[in-house]
Amino acid sequence: MNNRMLVLAFFAVSLGASVASAQNQTKQDVSAAHDSHDYSELNKAPAKARTRMNPFQNDPEAVVAGQILFEDHCAECHGAAGIGGKKGPSLRHPEVQNATPGTLFWLLTNGVAWKGMPVWSRLPEAQRWQLVRYMKTLGVNDGYKTDEKP
Amino acid sequence: MVSSARFATLIFILIIVLPRLVQAQENPYIVTYDQFLEEPRNLEIEYFSTYGMQRGGNDFHSYWVEFEYGATAWWTTEFYLDAQTTFHDSTVATGVRWENRFRPLKREYFINPVLYVEYEHVNGADKILKELEGHDIENDFLTPNAEARDEVKNELELKLILGSNLKGWNVSENFLFVKNLTNEPWEFGYAVGASRPLALKASAKRCSFCPQNFVAGVEMYGGLGDRYNFGLQETSQYLAPVLAWNIPSGWTLRLSPTFGLNDNSHQFMLRVGVAREIPGFGDMVKSLFTGRR
Repeated sequence: MNNRMLVLAFFAVSLGASVASAQNQTKQDVSAAHDSHDYSELNKAPAKARTRMNPFQNDPEAVVAGQILFEDHCAECHGAAGIGGKKGPSLRHPEVQNATPGTLFWLLTNGVAWKGMPVWSRLPEAQRWQLVRYMKTLGVNDGYKTDEKP
Repeated sequence: MVSSARFATLIFILIIVLPRLVQAQENPYIVTYDQFLEEPRNLEIEYFSTYGMQRGGNDFHSYWVEFEYGATAWWTTEFYLDAQTTFHDSTVATGVRWENRFRPLKREYFINPVLYVEYEHVNGADKILKELEGHDIENDFLTPNAEARDEVKNELELKLILGSNLKGWNVSENFLFVKNLTNEPWEFGYAVGASRPLALKASAKRCSFCPQNFVAGVEMYGGLGDRYNFGLQETSQYLAPVLAWNIPSGWTLRLSPTFGLNDNSHQFMLRVGVAREIPGFGDMVKSLFTGRR
């Protein structure tokens, strides 16, 4: 009986913490789109990952395929135009658009789980490269061009 | 009770009629867990069904609904409702489960661990075979529902989930440790699976039948005895081809014909699953209470 109470207590605490964590994370994400520090994870990509070339760099179909993948998996958080939303930062920030394809691929693969970005290695490697190919076509948002500070 | 044919028709209509939400990218496993968690604040509602052939007794149809919620990118919590129908016997609810999965490492490695903890409040009529542990065998299912449901089990279930991606393949291994919260010993089990999309590259057009939407593989699972009698003796073992169809409308369909590998196993089971992901569910719920979007 004591064991059962302990287990129930554990799950009750878990549920409470889950809700609290999710709400806290939402608050962080709302400001994420406008916080340049959110892009610092890009700098953590190892040198070897940064220099990887996109095998679909010269494949025009990869942009179209990447756009479909983006709509299915990324737009929910980063917005349909990639300008960011409540849950995810802008992908049209210079930090992202100036990052190498290898860096973006590395970030997609590893995610930033502690800041809300899931691991996307569930997508096959080819699809992650197609996504990167599309992301690089988004370009820097006009707002960032005129004012470097978002 | 809604017949299976009517239920299948209803599901088909819903798949066609409901607008696209977000395309899921699910592996096809029914029993094996991979290393991936639900996306943050998304809710996935899943229905699974198992038709099982029973030697020496009545065949059964067990079914369960899962509500899987991504609390964070590293934490998924899930609630189950289980039931079963034993033909020429009765239909009974068999229990509830609450599971949590945690991804402890920040980066992706060759082998990625996920920690799993579940509390189960089920009765002895439970036949969903969501996992096999200890000395669970086919003969356990011969007890009539009226009698079996009187046995109540409160169990703590722990799993170590290991998952790897290699050249488009997902390979997952689960090690299962179960403790009935009475004085019964720890029981053990396992599940392993491997799967791969039929195409690794995405198509440049949105399509339902593109090969990248289909993921095929195989899984194997079974009991490993208990603390006092560890091993394959008096256990059941299963091998199951698995197939998932991730439809652009946001639905995932799973199919798995399952074959028993020894005399203690059900000879054949047919398992199907239907799942739909609701993106941003957590935000929707929050906006109901705060009025903000």
